[in-house]
Order: sequence, then structure tokens, then C-alpha cells
Amino acid sequence: MTLKRRVLILSVWLAVILACVSVISKTRFISDLTAFMPKAPSARQQLLVDQFRDGIIGRIIMIGIEGGNSAARAKLSLALADSLRKTGLFAGVQNGDSATEEKDRAYFFDNRYLLSPGVTAEHFTVKGLHVAINNSIDALAGNAGMIIKQLFARDPTGETLKLLDEFIGNDKPVSKDGTWVSRDGKRALLLAYTQADGTNTEAQAKAINVIKQSFAQLDNRQPGYHLLMSGTSVFTVKSRNTIEGQAVWLASVSLVLVVSLLLVIYRSIRLLFFGLLPVLSGAVVGITAVSLGFGHVHSLTLGFGTTLIGEAVDYSIYFYLQRSGQANSTNFWRTIWLGVATSIAGFAALLFSGFPGLAQLGTYSISGLISAVFVTRFVLPAVVPTKLSLPNLDRLALVLESIIARATRVRWLPIALALVAIGVITIHQGEIWNRNLASLSPISKADQDLNQELRNDIGAPDVRFMVAFSAKNEEQALEGAEKAGKVLRQLIHDHVLAGFNSPATALPSIALQRERQQAIPDEKELRDRLKSALVDLPVSIDKLQGFIADVEATRQKQPLTRSDLDGTSAALLVDSLLIKRKNDYLVMMPLRANSSTADVPLDVNRVQAALKATNLPHIVVIDILEESTSLFENYRREVQLLSEVGGLVILGLLLLSLKSIQRTLRVSIPLICAMACVIAVTLLHGTQLTILHLVGLLLVFAIGSNYALFFESGNQVQRSDERRRMQMSLVIANFTTVISFGVLGVSSIPVLSAIGSTVSLGALFSLIFSAILSRDLKST
Amino acid sequence: MNKLKFTIVNAFAFFILAASAGTVWSAELQLPHLMSMLSQKKWGQASFVEKKYLSIIDKPIVSKGTLAFVAPNFLEKKTLSPKPETLILVGDTLTIQQPGKSEHKVSLEEYPEATAFIESIRGTLAGDLKALEKYYDVSLKGTTENWVLILSPKDKQIGKIFSEIRMVGVNNQVKTIEFKQRDGDHSVMSITDKKQ
Repeated sequence: MTLKRRVLILSVWLAVILACVSVISKTRFISDLTAFMPKAPSARQQLLVDQFRDGIIGRIIMIGIEGGNSAARAKLSLALADSLRKTGLFAGVQNGDSATEEKDRAYFFDNRYLLSPGVTAEHFTVKGLHVAINNSIDALAGNAGMIIKQLFARDPTGETLKLLDEFIGNDKPVSKDGTWVSRDGKRALLLAYTQADGTNTEAQAKAINVIKQSFAQLDNRQPGYHLLMSGTSVFTVKSRNTIEGQAVWLASVSLVLVVSLLLVIYRSIRLLFFGLLPVLSGAVVGITAVSLGFGHVHSLTLGFGTTLIGEAVDYSIYFYLQRSGQANSTNFWRTIWLGVATSIAGFAALLFSGFPGLAQLGTYSISGLISAVFVTRFVLPAVVPTKLSLPNLDRLALVLESIIARATRVRWLPIALALVAIGVITIHQGEIWNRNLASLSPISKADQDLNQELRNDIGAPDVRFMVAFSAKNEEQALEGAEKAGKVLRQLIHDHVLAGFNSPATALPSIALQRERQQAIPDEKELRDRLKSALVDLPVSIDKLQGFIADVEATRQKQPLTRSDLDGTSAALLVDSLLIKRKNDYLVMMPLRANSSTADVPLDVNRVQAALKATNLPHIVVIDILEESTSLFENYRREVQLLSEVGGLVILGLLLLSLKSIQRTLRVSIPLICAMACVIAVTLLHGTQLTILHLVGLLLVFAIGSNYALFFESGNQVQRSDERRRMQMSLVIANFTTVISFGVLGVSSIPVLSAIGSTVSLGALFSLIFSAILSRDLKST
Repeated sequence: MNKLKFTIVNAFAFFILAASAGTVWSAELQLPHLMSMLSQKKWGQASFVEKKYLSIIDKPIVSKGTLAFVAPNFLEKKTLSPKPETLILVGDTLTIQQPGKSEHKVSLEEYPEATAFIESIRGTLAGDLKALEKYYDVSLKGTTENWVLILSPKDKQIGKIFSEIRMVGVNNQVKTIEFKQRDGDHSVMSITDKKQ
């Protein structure tokens, strides 16, 4: 190669690298799992995503205090709540303390005539008053009489009890020593609501730290108590930390292992350095491509990108071995390009999937691979000496040759194994697919179990059915909720559902409040009617002065607004159901089904049809379980289709370049056997398949084809020592791939471990089966 | 009557009783003897009439129903009029049933006042002195044919609501239970045993 050409190539290369590095220095790196959330195709699913993003779910942190004795835990709970409220980072901290309970009581009692659904014009007629007061007197005879009697003088018509009925069905946590505790009493419970939104992971992480620190400062005096936290917010932060930590760790381990392997083989640092050039270039270009294409780079991409190490290094290995011999250059490069093409076809399936995260992985791998090959093709020849002396691997190569020769005698083995594998798959037929989205979550089972425990203790049942609609402003939202509430109440009466929650229960619309105020007669009129109503009742009107005063005060009062709820637990209820978004309000009304064990506990269509009459904009009834399952199913089908198309594309590529069906079969069959065996091993290990395993299988086909192609091309090579060298390089290349994907396989992040374990196993099997099957027996 | 005075009077009474233990003043009933009599009755069924005298209501409020008891800790109070309602106590769990509404289960551990209240009845019917003394100062007057058991709440919180619980009985049957409240209200439950 002329000096001029050499300099040209090197300068172009360096320029590209420098440009990439400058892009990377300005790149934003993120670690949120939400980037891996699929794009929601339907309005209903978008609502789910919205709920997470804008709603209260992402802002709740459930806190538990364990250890020591119950009274001390209660004290800690109160102290912690106090300390957290002072930080200003929390919109509310609830632990069942008496101050909040008192505020709740006060809010509902003081405003009972604005809040109670019983307040109508008819209710305040003489007959209405008579009936209501008579009912209350009868209730006094009952077992709750002692409690009710304290209400009677001011609330003879029983509005407070009616209000309590509205909230029945909501499990409240158990109380002990003045604060909430778990069912078994061994844990004190608190709920903290962050000011920051659910998607602001940085702020959530800060809030979580503040809770830890506040508790530690309390705990100073009393060792032996520890803090637990769980919730969506906690999971988001944890998964972010896990992903960040692992990405770094995985890349390091992968690099160390591959470098060690190569050092053992090359026994020269110079060779190692040149060998890593394609890898480093590929990585740099890959990150740049993702950064430019997506505006940010996800840590998972970096974690996955370590596989590039194993892949790209292969090309330099092949290159060295080609250099050290007199091999036919064009044939060699042709095989490499074909291998690259099939690998790209595999990664392209990732690119087109609906997961933005997977698309990043695809972009990174494709651009990384292409640049690695280009560097191997053009830059390495410019820097590596023409005659390369590699350490004498001939003895190893001979041993390998004899192993492979013997291996070709068991041609039936891969086929047999594949048939066994198919048998295993058929046996597991019903349980192959893991349909649970939680399987994609990097949160450990222990953490997920704790979350469920705390949710049960707090009485936050899994909401499955929900009515949702949007409104222009708060007043319209509440009016809409009231309209929907009327329909839902009728459905309860018809036994279609058991109950529902509505923000309007705690905060009626101003229109409804005014309506109630107008239904109330003025003081003089009320007195007259009351006198008549009490005629044959054993209550004298002088005992009810408090009632008359309260009613009159309500009549004159300003309607309630959201700020009146501050400091009550009802405020958080309203905030969780009435969500202010950029341009409108979202209202959510969870429904309680009659029985949660029936197959279809709630007739969604019937409820939807009934609600249509309200004419509320975009009103939908969502079955959350159904939606997330179907979301998953959609993706699985999509990825399955992509994988199949990808597989066909690879087959097509092979057919086109090999120009012979026989040769194509010789390349494909070992790969198919390898894939079948990988599926069987995964199922036998007890793991169900997810979308990620599908992706992994496609990659096995794509990457495995590299080995099969080389083994097959060995049939065209006349010189046995060359073939031996080629086999040697294949095995080394395969090991680097198996190592780099294998390291991913041990990650605790499902996205990485699923793909990692599938591809590393698949690559190994591909190598072995290709060695056995691809070699033409005639060319021994 | 303040607590100190009450205690002193009680102590005096006890002293006199102890002093006359040997004498054949046979009629005076001792507390352990009453408790043992009551505990021997393992189950019972009765109808009740409860009259509540509340300051806000001009005349007493009457409710009627049935009571069932099975030693040591099953108690069922079925109110038939004016509003049907059933309370069932099994151990520590109270179940409230009202027609037209779903059943409500409550663990008494969370409600110490209700526990004290219910223990006064259950403890007496079961002859469980220990349980009674956990919450009340217990004193007994009268003879086997006509005894009066007085329970005064020990706990200040409970004492704020009730000033006294008074039970009147014949042999091993409780005939009347009267609850006196701090604010002057009181209720009287008359029990008519259905079976011996």
C-alpha cells in the first residue's frame, strides 16, 4: 500500500473518530426504564401511560418501619412523618395520625350539607325531615347508638352516616397506637406523596434519599429499627441504578475476558491493540449513531453494546489469520461481507420493532458492525505489517482438526438433538410464553413481593377496571364525574358492579353545591318545617339549635374548592382521580367488581354502553389487565413477524450469494438445530420465553450464520493448513462472541439476560453443529 | 363519687366481709362464688329489651331482640326492632350484619373502648373474673337470689365514656345490665332467659 493511500485512510479514520467523540461528549445518557416502554398504539393504552406519567401512582412511596416494639414504631412513624412534611418535598405524608384523622372528620362533618347526596329539596320538606329524623332515632336504638347520639343534636337527618356509606368498600389500614400498621401489626406504615412528577426520576431519587436520611437521623437514638420502601417511584429509581451499575460492570468484565483470551492467543500487545481498533471504532460510531438518531443514549444500549466487542473482534481475528497465510483474498472478504450482511439483517429486526429501546440496540449494533468491518477492511491493512507472524498455533490447529474430523462422524447428532428439542418444546406447548410484562422488569422478585405486601397492608387493591374521560377544566371534570356517578349508581343497583370511587364524592362540583344550597330552606322556614316534622317525635326543637345553625351557615357559605381539602387524606384521593394535564383534566373513576374471582368480573361493554348516554368526551371503560395483556400480545406478534421476516431475509441473502440450494441448506440446517436446542434448554431451565428470547433467536441465526458460512466455505479451500487456520480463527472468534453475550446472560436485567443467554448458547451450538454438518465429507 | 372514696368504701366492705367470713351470715354472696356459678353455665339463650335514656330524646328509646352466648367467647346480639341488626362476637372479631348492606368485620384489637364494653358482658356471662378485672374494679353486693355486680372502669379513656356498669342477677342468670354514661345518659337491658 502506498504511503499516500495509507495516510489518506488513517486521516479519514481519525477524523471520523474525532467527530464522533465530540458528539459523544455532548450526548445525554439516560437510564430510565420508561424509555423501553413500547409506544402505545391505542387511546386506551395511552391512557395507561398517561396515568403513570401524570398521575399519582408514580408519586407514591410506601414506607414501612420494622423492628423493636409497637409503641416505639408508632412514635418513629409520627416523628418521620413530621420530619418529612417539613422538607417541603412531599405533597402529603399519611400515617393514620390523629391530626389528619381529625382534619378528615372536620371536613366531612362541617361540610356535610354540601357533600351529602341526601341533600335535596324534598329532604327538607316537612315529610322529608320527619322521615329522616325518625330514621336517626331508630338508629339510636341500634348498637351504634352510643356513637351516633353524639352526632344527633347537630345532624338529626343523618347526613354524616350517608357520607360514610359513600366511602365504604375502601379498605383502610389497621391502626394501632395511633398510627397505621400492617395486618400482622409488625410494621408501622406510612404513605408519602412526592411533589415531583412520576417521570422526574432525579427528583424521585432525591425524595427517596431524603426519606432514608430523615429516618437515619431519627433512628440515632434507637437502634434496631429499619426502614423499608416500595412503590412505582422506588422501582423506577432502583431500576435506573441497577441498569447504570450493570452497564458499566458488564462492559468491563466483557472487555477483560475477551482481552485475556486474545492475549493468550496472540501473545503480543501490539496485535491486541490493532485487534481492538475495529471494536473501539465500532463502539464510538455506534454511540454517535444512537445519539444522533434518538437524541440520547440509554445505558441499556451501552450494556448491550458490549456484545459488539465479541462481534467486532472476530473480524480482526479473521483478518490476522488471513494475513498470516496466502489465502485467497477475495473469497475471504466475500464470506466476511456475507456474514456482516446476515448479522445486520438480524439487528435490523430490532430496529423496526415498536420498542424505542430495542431500536437503539439495533442502531448501535448495525452502525458499530459496519464501522468495525470498514476499519478491518481499510484501516488495519494500513497499519498492520503485511507479513504477520502469529504465534505458532499449528499444534492447536491440528488438535482442533482431528476433533472436528471425528465430529463429522456423528452427523446424526445435531439432527437427533434437534428432534429431542422439538419434543421438549411440544411437551411444554401451553406454557412457552411468559405473558407477564413484569418479566421484563429488572426488579427482583423479593422487591416485587414486598410491594404487594405493603399494598395489601395499606388496602390499595389492584385496580383493574376504570372509567376515564377528559374535561376542559376542573368544574367540568367534577360535573362529568357526577353525571357518570349517577349512571354508575344505577348499575350498582342493577348488580352490574359493586361500587366505584369518584373525585366528586369528596369535592362536588360548584354547580351541585349551589344546587344543594338552594334546596335548603332559610332559617325561619326551616324552624317552621322542623316544628311540624317533630310533632309526633320524641325530640324537642330546642335540642336541635345546633342543627339549625349549621344548616343556615351552609346555606350562606362559599362553595368548597380543592384548597379546602388541604391536610386531609381526602385531598390525596381527589388528586389521584382528578389529574391536571397540560391542556385539560383527566378524570379516573376506579370500579369495584362484584366478584374478583369470576372469569369476567365486570361486563365492560354494558358499562360502556350505559356511560355513552352521558356524552362525556372520550369516555372509556378500561380493563387494565386486558389492555396490558393485549399490549404484550401485540408486541409478541409484531416481534415474531419481524423475526420471521428477518430469518427469511437472511435465508435469501445466503441463497443469493451461495448460489446453490445445497450449500444454503448446509449452512442453515445446523443453525436451525442450534435454535431448537436453545429453546429446549431455556424451557428445561424453567424459564418461559419472552419477546427478548425471540429477538435472541433471530440473532443466533444471524450471528451463527457467520460460523456456518466459514465452515462451508472451507469446503472450497484446497489447502488443509489453510482450512486448519480458518477453523482455529473460527473457534477463537466464537469464544469471544460466547463470552461477550454470556456475560450479559448473567445480568439481572431481563432485557440483557434473555438476549445474552440465548445468543451465547446459540452461538456455541451453531459452532459445534456447523463443524459437524457444514463440512463436506468429500473434502477431508 | 370520686375514685379514692370509692376504693376506700370498697376496702371497708371487703374488710367487713372478710371478718365475717366464718360467721353463718350465709346469705352474703362472695365474688369468687358468683364467678364460679356463672362459669358453670356454658351456654344460654335469652330475649332482651333495651331501653336507652338519652338527654336529647324526650322518651326512652326501646329496642328488642335476642341474645345468645356460648362459653368462653361467643356472643350474638340480634336486634329485631326497630332496625334489624346482628352483632356476632367470636373471640376477637366482631361481625356486624345489616340487611341491605355487606357484612362488616372488625378486629376488636383496634378499638380498646369497644373491647372493654364487650368484655363487661362476655366476662360476666363466662364468669371470667380475670377478664373483668383487666378493665374494671369489680364489686359485689347482695345474696345468691339477688346480687348486684358493679363494674367501674379502670382506664381513664373508657372512664370518660362510662361511669359504671351494673348487673343484677339471680343465681347464675344475669337479669339486668345497666350502663351509666358520664354525660348522664344510661341504658338498661332486661334479659329474659329462654332456656335454663
